[in-house]
Parts: sequence; C-alpha cells; structure tokens
Amino acid sequence: MTTATTGRRPYGFADLPALMALMTGDEKHGPAATSTLDALWVLYDRVLRVGPDTADDPARDRFLLSKGHGPMAYYAVLTAKGFLDEAVLPGFGGYHSPLGHHPDRLLVPGAEIASGSLGHGLPLAAGTALGLRAQGLTDPAVWVLIGDAELDEGSNHEAIAFAGAAGLDRLHTVVIDNSSATHGWRGGIQARFAVEGWSTATVDGRDHEALHAAFTAPHPGRPHAVVARVEPKN
Amino acid sequence: METMRERFAAVTTELLDHDPRLALVLADIGADSFRPAAARHPDRVVNVGIREQLQIGVTAGLALTGLRPIAHTFASFLIERPWEQVKLDLVHQGVGAVLVSAAGSYDWPAGGRTHMAPGDVALLDTLPGWTVHVPGHPDEAETLLRHAAADGDSLVYLRLSAHRNDTARPVEPGRLLSVRTGRRGTVVAVGPMLDAVLEATEGLDLTVLYAATVRPFDAAGLRAAAGDRPDVVLVEPYLAGTSAGAAHDALADLPHRVLGLGVPREEHRHYGSIPEHLAAYGLDGAGLRARIAAFLR
Repeated sequence: MTTATTGRRPYGFADLPALMALMTGDEKHGPAATSTLDALWVLYDRVLRVGPDTADDPARDRFLLSKGHGPMAYYAVLTAKGFLDEAVLPGFGGYHSPLGHHPDRLLVPGAEIASGSLGHGLPLAAGTALGLRAQGLTDPAVWVLIGDAELDEGSNHEAIAFAGAAGLDRLHTVVIDNSSATHGWRGGIQARFAVEGWSTATVDGRDHEALHAAFTAPHPGRPHAVVARVEPKN
Repeated sequence: METMRERFAAVTTELLDHDPRLALVLADIGADSFRPAAARHPDRVVNVGIREQLQIGVTAGLALTGLRPIAHTFASFLIERPWEQVKLDLVHQGVGAVLVSAAGSYDWPAGGRTHMAPGDVALLDTLPGWTVHVPGHPDEAETLLRHAAADGDSLVYLRLSAHRNDTARPVEPGRLLSVRTGRRGTVVAVGPMLDAVLEATEGLDLTVLYAATVRPFDAAGLRAAAGDRPDVVLVEPYLAGTSAGAAHDALADLPHRVLGLGVPREEHRHYGSIPEHLAAYGLDGAGLRARIAAFLR
C-alpha cells in the first residue's frame, strides 16, 4: 500500500482513526463519516491520479464529495495524502477553521466542490465530465461519492438518466450504502444505474481489494457506478 | 418583428464558432433554435432534456473545468425551479455562468401562472454577485449577450422578453441612459417598459432614465439625474418594487421618495395577451401616466 509523505512518517490507513479523532463536535454524523472511510482511502491511495502537487492540474482526476455530511473521514484522508496539515484538524467546525461540518471548496485544499445540501454532486460531476471532454481532456476520471439516502434526491436521477444516455464514460459514482434511506430501494441501488446504461458493481464497502477491483473495472462507453455496502446505520 | 430570443440564438451560435471556451446548456426549451450549433459543436452544446436541476448542475460543472457556460430556458424553469442549484452550484461553488431566460413575467399570458416568473430578479437579489441585464430590444440583447459571454467568470442573468421597444438604445452595460430631461422628478424605465413610459410621460416635465442593466444598480447615475428633486418612479417588467431598495440606497443621504411600479404580487388568473396583461397591471401608457402624474405632481 502506498502512502503520501508530509515530512513525517507516511500516513497509512491505520492512522485514519487517530486523525478523525482530532475532529470533534459532529458526533451526530459519526456513522456517516466512518461509512465512507474505506472507499475514500482506496480511491485516494490507489485509484485517483491527484495529489497536492497536481490539485490545479487541468488533467487531474476529480473527486467530488457529494455527501458532505460527516466529512471527518474525508478530511482525514486529505490529511493523510498531504492536502491538509494535521494541525488544522482539531479546529474542525471552529470560526477560523477551513474545515466545516460540510466542506467548502474555497476553504479546503483538494476539495473539488462544496457540499452539504444533498443531491448536488452528481449533476456537478456530469458537467465536469462534459467540460473535460469538450476540452479534449479525455483521460481524467471524474468520481463522485453519494449516499444511499442521498439518492432520494431527484436531482440524482436526472443525472443518472442523462449520463447513461450521453455515455459519459469518464464519470464514476460511488454509492455508500449504509441502509439509511427511509424507504429503501426495492430492486436495489445498482439497478437504478444499470437500467440507464451504466456499468455497475456492488461490493463490500469494507473490503479494500474488492473496492479496488470494482473501482478499476473497465467500462468502455458507459459511466460506472460502484455500490459499496457497509453495516447499516441503525 | 425579430425577437430578442431569435437574436440570442443567432449570436450565441456565432459566438460558439469563435470562442472555444463558450458552452451552451439547454433543457429542451429552445433546442430547435440551436440545432446547427449542436451539430457543429456537439461537445459544447448540451441538451440535458427536461431536467432543470441537472441543467444548472451541469452548467456549474462545465464552469468548474474552466468553460464559460450559457444556460437557457424560460425564467420559471431557469431561476425558480432549480433555485437551490443557482444558489449552491453556481454562487457557493464560486463559479460563473450566463443564465439567459425567456418568457419572463407575462410573455405567454395564455400559458398562465406556471410560465410566469415575475419574482426572478427579486430572487437573484437574495444572492451576491449577480449582474442582471433586462434589454428592451434585440440589438440591446445582442450587446449585453456579447458583453456577458466575454465577461470573465462573472455571474450574469440576461432576461429576454417577447415584449420590446420599437427602437434600440445605445446601452452600456451597467449604466443608466438619459432619454429625456425634466425638473419635476425622475422615472426609471427598465427594458421593455421604455416605450410605455415615454408615452406616459409625454408633455410632463420629467426626467426619463433607461435601464437595460439593473444589477449592479447604477446608483451614481440615478443620484446625478435626480439632482435636487430626488423623487423617483421605477417602472419594471417584473415584480413591482424589485429595485426600490437599490433606489433608496442610492438616495440614502437625501430626503427622497420612491414609487415602485411593476407586475403585482397577486396572482392574476387571466389568460389573453401581453397588452391585456400590461393594462391590467397598470403598466400600459394610460395606467402609468395616471400613477406617475399622481406621484410626481
């Protein structure tokens, strides 16, 4: 497993709980934070071609955290990968802190979007994929992370249908499924994407090898959705 | 007679040919007018279908990659329906775009309330950073569109209407234009209201200013024109009083009076034609003359 360096011993996955523990005050969203931890780590550690040195490179991969609730895991991973200094973590949620209980892209180095209100990331990601394609940047991947309850928001379904029809094959969605959607998804979450022409996979969201295999599966001509199932929130 | 919307389609098509940074996002409405542009620039002319939340989200996503997106549909569906996307995907993300609306407040009266958005400019007033253009003629729409397309990463709302004045004015973005000078008060006509205002104030000793840009509001221009008689009537083709706060701010250090005329807040629940609606709102020449004359005696 590779790790970034920040002038100290490189951070590894095992360091993330301690980094997260530096952030207090949003315990209400603790389950939301830890549900994303493994998927975020595998993405930033092994999949995304972006780092602090390439955060402004037009050809970088983009990761859009749509589910902005409980961003402690996200901030911990950004810290482990050198985007953030560990010293800012204890200020989480404070007046002068760059780290809110929902991320602000203008304050958080490495954050591609500001989020918090649900259902915005997937449309933004679709536009980002279109914008890169229009500029001949056909290599960068665009990733967006949403939650299974966030999928309730209708804006997601506007984007899922369009992206499938448009064949946005550089667009990737990770759905963290901790069974928190009030009415559930009869027929499964994966089916919502598959019926619109997406390539899909459903994996154990705690299994790093399974996540990596699903994240890197080829999907020519189609957008790709990975449903990462974790323990139920309640 | 050519409409602003027809000019918008022609000029945008031309701009797309010459500016590789420009993109256009549609939600079915207006798509027929852009078929040639879409054929020439399939990656920069995007029709997302009848999905306005996605339309604004995609617009913002394009901007995040460095493009200059234009989004177009009816005002009701461009500003009101995807309102949170306007607030968060554009303003909060810190990206720019040009939103070009049609149908406005009363352009399709037979279409009823669902296709009327007299509150659009007032809604945008709750957010920072917007430039709002309200042209009164296709030539002005073209001038303002070209300016907006080239205006960096600014947030611009261009409000096109089927209601128009007979002749174009030499508008400068952001500036009030003096059309007539008088001594007993000032009337500010916004966009398509100018012809009716000129008719209404004929023979009255009043200054008439013309605004094709209402945000930022040309406070200095109003202040200078109002002179020592700072009594102002605003005539706007959207919700009455939308610019009253801006006019009060411009005259804040003076005793002054402001009357805001425009589309009433109450639902009208009549169909018919644009002239019938303008008359019902008191925005035709006769209705305006009575109210302006009473206020600026």
